[in-house]
Amino acid sequence: MTLGEILGRDLRLSLRHGSDTLAALLFFVLTAALFPLAIGPAPETLGRLAPGIIWVCALLAALLPLDRLFGADFEDGTLDQLLLSGQPPAVIAAIKALAHWLVTGLPLLIAAGPVALMLQMDPTTIPVLLAGLLPGTLLLSLFGATGAALVLGARRGGVLLPLLVLPLTAPVLIFGVAAVEAEAAGQSPQAHLLLLAALLAAALPLCPLAAGSALRSAAE
Amino acid sequence: MLKVDRVVAFRGDRLVFGPISFEVAKGNALLLVGPNGSGKSTLLRLLAGLGRAEAGHITWNGEDTLTDRTAHGARVGYIGHQDAVKPGLTASENLGAGAEAALSAVGLQRVAELPARMLSAGQKRRLALTRLLLKPAPIWLLDEPTLGLDTASVARFGTMLAAHRAGGGIVIAATHLPLPLQGAAEFSFA
Repeated sequence: MTLGEILGRDLRLSLRHGSDTLAALLFFVLTAALFPLAIGPAPETLGRLAPGIIWVCALLAALLPLDRLFGADFEDGTLDQLLLSGQPPAVIAAIKALAHWLVTGLPLLIAAGPVALMLQMDPTTIPVLLAGLLPGTLLLSLFGATGAALVLGARRGGVLLPLLVLPLTAPVLIFGVAAVEAEAAGQSPQAHLLLLAALLAAALPLCPLAAGSALRSAAE
Repeated sequence: MLKVDRVVAFRGDRLVFGPISFEVAKGNALLLVGPNGSGKSTLLRLLAGLGRAEAGHITWNGEDTLTDRTAHGARVGYIGHQDAVKPGLTASENLGAGAEAALSAVGLQRVAELPARMLSAGQKRRLALTRLLLKPAPIWLLDEPTLGLDTASVARFGTMLAAHRAGGGIVIAATHLPLPLQGAAEFSFA
């Protein structure tokens, strides 16, 4: 199986199971829509909290499809075939993380703009929010894929997964929100965005390697 | 040549089998026989490089299969208990490139465009076996390959096995059903 085939197959499956794919996006929009109801529609309060709300909701929404990322392949024997496909396990894990980002991260990124407007966020800071969410969602997919591979075969994997992934994403959340705060305060958000990019640069080789070895040991 | 040298397998801290040793040369076939739970499937996974033996070595043409598991994987056509068939994809999408010709070869061309969830258990098994035709792998490791197959399909699978062996391929199969493997050696798990 070539890499394109593995990716194409994953994307095609996501399209066929459209409701699963939409679930994460709807979860993101709905939870964000609950905040004006809970804390009131006053623009100052809501606008100030908006970056944090969007980041936390995006993070939680990205977690939703993770347990099926490798879970389905593990149960139906596809994982064995992937490991025997002649592709290194780290590359397979990277392809899976990319599929997760295309199906979950990218739609979240696109929906984040309208959701930010809905939450009365200052429109001039929205580009910075999106600039942070781009590496941010990629990081969520990479950390998520690693966590999903690690809990594969564990009895309570679904519960374990957020406990494993959420602490890893704390720095992503901190720098992502700080970038928007800096922009709103009239400072340059560049340092925070560069730190996010640095995190991504480190995670890009490390997470697939870790996920790959986790896949190997799950199959054993 | 696939060589198994004093291999031992454990499940948890319970000994499954071993130490066992045998060799399978090019074009030969080996039938693994033994009662349920004797370790036939475990051995097949070890031979595929999916698992690690507790002790001993498995070598392919003198090279330990664990030194480069990715490269060894490419040499292996493995049919496990599960069919690795995605119910949401059609039969040909399940196989990927080259599906048309392979499906005709096994007589599944009629269901090529059907979602795999519409296939019967036997058809799914045949779909899984078709994967062997799409991968140029010299080592076939088959775990109950003919489970649920009708007699015509078993016969067709027999010609597949014969063609593979005629091309210098190796077949190692574990099964309780009669398998059309002429002149296969038997390895018995005592």
